[in-house]
Amino acid sequence: MIKGDKAVEKFTILKGIVAPLDARNVDTDQIVPKQFLKRIQRTGYEDVLFYDWRYLDDGKTPNPQFEMNAPRYKGATILLTRDNFGCGSSREHAPWALKDYGFRCILAISFADIFYNNCFNNGILPITLSPEIIEQLFNEVRSQENYMLEVDLVNQQITKPNGQQIHFDIHSFLKERLLNGWDQIGLTLRYEELIDKFEKKHPLKL
Amino acid sequence: MPKNIYEKIWDAHLVYTPEDQDPIIYIDRHYIHEVTSPQAFEGLRIAGRKVRRPDLTFATMDHNIPTTNRDKPIADPMSALQVETLKNNCKEFGIQCFDMHDPRNGIVHVVGPELGLTQPGMTIVCGDSHTSTHGAFGALAFGIGTSEVEHVLATQTLLQRKSKTMEIHIEGELPLGVTAKDLIMHIIGKIGTDGGTGYVIEYTGEVVKKLSMEGRMTLCNMTIEGGARAGLISPDETTVKYLLGKPYIPKHISEKELIELWLSWASDTGCSYDKTIVINAKDVEPQVTWGTSPEMVAPISGRVPVLNEIQDTNRRNAVEKALKYMGLDEGTPIEAIEVDKIFIGSCTNGRIEDLREVAKVVKGYKINKRIKQAIIVPGSMLVKKQAEQEHLHNIFIEAGFEWREPGCSMCLAMNDDRLEPGERCASTSNRNFEGRQGKGGRTHLVSPAMAGACAIMGHFVDIRKWKFND
Repeated sequence: MIKGDKAVEKFTILKGIVAPLDARNVDTDQIVPKQFLKRIQRTGYEDVLFYDWRYLDDGKTPNPQFEMNAPRYKGATILLTRDNFGCGSSREHAPWALKDYGFRCILAISFADIFYNNCFNNGILPITLSPEIIEQLFNEVRSQENYMLEVDLVNQQITKPNGQQIHFDIHSFLKERLLNGWDQIGLTLRYEELIDKFEKKHPLKL
Repeated sequence: MPKNIYEKIWDAHLVYTPEDQDPIIYIDRHYIHEVTSPQAFEGLRIAGRKVRRPDLTFATMDHNIPTTNRDKPIADPMSALQVETLKNNCKEFGIQCFDMHDPRNGIVHVVGPELGLTQPGMTIVCGDSHTSTHGAFGALAFGIGTSEVEHVLATQTLLQRKSKTMEIHIEGELPLGVTAKDLIMHIIGKIGTDGGTGYVIEYTGEVVKKLSMEGRMTLCNMTIEGGARAGLISPDETTVKYLLGKPYIPKHISEKELIELWLSWASDTGCSYDKTIVINAKDVEPQVTWGTSPEMVAPISGRVPVLNEIQDTNRRNAVEKALKYMGLDEGTPIEAIEVDKIFIGSCTNGRIEDLREVAKVVKGYKINKRIKQAIIVPGSMLVKKQAEQEHLHNIFIEAGFEWREPGCSMCLAMNDDRLEPGERCASTSNRNFEGRQGKGGRTHLVSPAMAGACAIMGHFVDIRKWKFND
């Protein structure tokens, strides 16, 4: 395969601090509230991630009740959460903000469809794990300071601090895209002649 | 082999399946708006790419525009820049744009169908999750991210993995006063907000056949709230009747051929699905959400949940958090919930039929004293015009509603239409997420008739017992 012009950041192995976000159905309105969708840039969203949860009403002071704000999770690159993460609006501002904050990998019981696709266009690896494993990880993250995981996309393995390994599944094409940082448009444009041909015989004759 | 509608559209749009890669599917309509497109156009410019089919791309401004004083410049400089950026991008790349002064302007999912841009058998995408609305016409329609918007602009295709199919068969008859909105809220309450993940849903059964196009759009619109990629309804006579005569329907083939083509996309008798769910319409009551996720819903005769009746810890925690945010005590009867504001509009319920429903309910009444604000925002300029021709706006204004210009408005509160912290709203929109209608705002999703009745009484009431002033 040929790399596209505007490649996304590659993902191979990531070792990093895990931050917990203990909620189900976290929607993209929580990840980036609407008032920050007025910008016309792709970057610069690190300070608005989880805005309404992360700050007190002044919009500046970190909310001490928001678990991720604890100093032990500073510099986290892996987000741990529960079911149906990223539901709601299709806004790609959600993965942009997660990435700008520093997250490159999200562990959840399940993801909403559009958000899941958006992750791969931004070099973020979303991993689906069983409710039991997620529960276990929440317990370990909370009970062990400086809890880190190593996520190896090549071998589809997550390694815990104690050396225990968790296998994860991922669609082979999505895996290849992240490993190589391929840009989808570049990939598709290799088949431009086939698109030309398709248009000529399209049943709707558009 | 009999095929379902999804399989038919998929097969007809498959350009190529490269080895070790996701299939490439062709896109027939690409709708764009001001919020999720600027970065895509910027990407094109950086890579020196063109828009492959500007003639299949249509833009409207809806998310960010004011619903008052449209003759004046937009006061918020960031909103103004975003709107201006869309206008300039459309000009640069040769795309038709229904800007905020165009008589065809409106919410993208209202405009597409009413102009006849949306047609059976098409693949339709937009950088907006409620693109599922267009599935009401038997078009495969779904929301995409901005990187994918750029991909479609550059190639008129998308890389897609085939979804599984789910049939939701609705049998029986909807009771009087129960609408498509109540039906979809009931369904989401049953399957959950991730019940449809990985699936495309086709709605079938007598109830669906009897629904108007507006009702079908409401059903498909909120399909995304159940997590599905898309919602679909097989085209039939109702679809044909709605579309014929619309400005953008094809002129190069005869009407007879066109109808035949449209109807040919309907699911074949005897086709199969990966999963089927049966819903009995007679069980559906008017619905009201009480929480911060569309699945947190109860019938009007019901109550807010009681925490110790929920077994699963994670669920109980989620409900507890939601009730705290919503300022509701467990076990509160739904009818006892009083509201501060009313929002009627959105891509879910901002169409002419929705406004007619509201007018029937509020005619001859005044809105309740406790209501601080009640706004009605038509889904498009054409809806507004139609409503005014039918004098519906007079009924609304006499009752005490504000009659606004079209747009997304308080559905997502990107413009000035919003809730203040702690305010409670009966809303005909689609999402009751925390802060969706304004930070700290509390949203209860309902049908247009239920919102109208709530405006009059100041609390939720059972529309099935309403006294109409004819």
